[in-house]
Amino acid sequence: MTAAPRPSASIDARGVRKHFAAAGVTALEEVSLSIAPGEFVSVLGPSGCGKSTLLRCIAGLEVPSSGSVLVNGKPVNGPPEGLGMVFQRDALLEWRSVMDNLMLPIDFRHGERSEAAEHARKLLELTGLTGFEESYPSQLSGGMRQRVAICRALVDDPVLLLMDEPFGALDALTRDQMNVELQKMWLAEKKTVVFVTHSITEAIYLGDRVVVFSPRPGRIADVIDVDLPRPRRLAVRSSEKFQAHAAHIRGLFEGMGLLKEDDE
Amino acid sequence: MKRDWQGALTAGLVLVAIFVAWEVGVRVFGVKPILLPPPSAIWKEFWTDPAWYMGHGWYTLLVTLGGFALAVIAGVFLAVLIVESRLLEKTVYALIVGLNSVPKVAIAPLFVIWLGTGAEPKIAIALLIAVFPIVIDTVLGLKSVPPDILDLARTMRGGRFDTLWRIRFPCALPSIFAGMKVAISLALVGAIVGEFVSSQRGLGYVILSAQGTFDTARVFAAIFVLALMGVALFWLLAWAERAAIPWHASQKEYVPTA
Repeated sequence: MTAAPRPSASIDARGVRKHFAAAGVTALEEVSLSIAPGEFVSVLGPSGCGKSTLLRCIAGLEVPSSGSVLVNGKPVNGPPEGLGMVFQRDALLEWRSVMDNLMLPIDFRHGERSEAAEHARKLLELTGLTGFEESYPSQLSGGMRQRVAICRALVDDPVLLLMDEPFGALDALTRDQMNVELQKMWLAEKKTVVFVTHSITEAIYLGDRVVVFSPRPGRIADVIDVDLPRPRRLAVRSSEKFQAHAAHIRGLFEGMGLLKEDDE
Repeated sequence: MKRDWQGALTAGLVLVAIFVAWEVGVRVFGVKPILLPPPSAIWKEFWTDPAWYMGHGWYTLLVTLGGFALAVIAGVFLAVLIVESRLLEKTVYALIVGLNSVPKVAIAPLFVIWLGTGAEPKIAIALLIAVFPIVIDTVLGLKSVPPDILDLARTMRGGRFDTLWRIRFPCALPSIFAGMKVAISLALVGAIVGEFVSSQRGLGYVILSAQGTFDTARVFAAIFVLALMGVALFWLLAWAERAAIPWHASQKEYVPTA
């Protein structure tokens, strides 16, 4: 395992509550969660349960109505330094080539591109994008675009990677492939990752822990430790242990009235 | 690219057909040349002194380009101020939208009073007419950045200027070009209006003075030079657009991705 040049960040959410006054919606209710440096945490929940809001509070894009979020022990007040973020839609800049998109974080902090170029090439190689450095986003498929977005989030050696349903818009097959690649990248870079998803399978496959949210207002319903060895192969998903976790989470959702079946 | 010249060929053929029909129609029905001269007479009039037409055309072209260039600079600058400042958006933008509804032609004589009878008042009128679509389209473009891209800029701790320069401005370029395409034609209108009001030079002057002597062929010759100029300016802009924003969807044929 290669040691990361910058130590990863810890996250502490303490009693985070978020109320959107304009919409009259309480998205989060008393959410407390501690995440250790280098940990991969999946945040799982139904649509509109406030899991993205929690992510945005950690990112400093939203201010909690009460409670606080600490990154590396420091209260979040605007986006913290060393943050990499991946959005559901890749948020690539159409007018920049793949390499120029990767260089955006460097440009924004007025850094030297040459210092990051090697890391950029390494990340592109890891995701099979070597040879596409000069391509434009419109020339890439959805999966390739999201790979570029992930590379961009990692290129400036972040201490924290936040991912907001990054594979939600991809087809099932591409999604599996992206899961495999993300795990590979995470094993190589060992960043603290908060990964928001509504896929049970994805959450278990990727996470060291799975944080299950209840429907709005979002509360933590359960936290599951996923004790499956890494690197995990896709086949692990049919293992007994994996299935037991999945069944447990489905049970939680049924208990919330989210999964219903007629008869039986 | 093949389709490009095929399109040009078709357009050329249609144009030729119109001129032939015009020529034949005027002769067959015996229309008085003072009302509608045949294309051959217009061509003859132009050909007696093409340099004279080019000279006046050149003057009008310079006035148009001057007004257009100033309109682009002023328009983009105003739009940036409007987008960056809530206060200016409420005041200046409202004022600009209001001013836009005033017929600018009516203001033209004022510029002659203020700026004299040289090129300045014509450039000013061209600027005034051309600036509105640029302001309005640029404001639209600067504001139409997808919200997740603005969030991305925030997570990268981008300053206001960086976000404007690296995100908002490139994002607005397609809209800015759309505004410029409208503005270039309006700048030409402004230049002619300026020359109508007071001038000894330019195609507007040619048209007005030829009208005074009922020299209809000359009026038409000047109009054709104007039309050619307008088309050339528009195509020049379209070419610049392709060069500046090759990434934009409007510039591409559909290519399925791998």
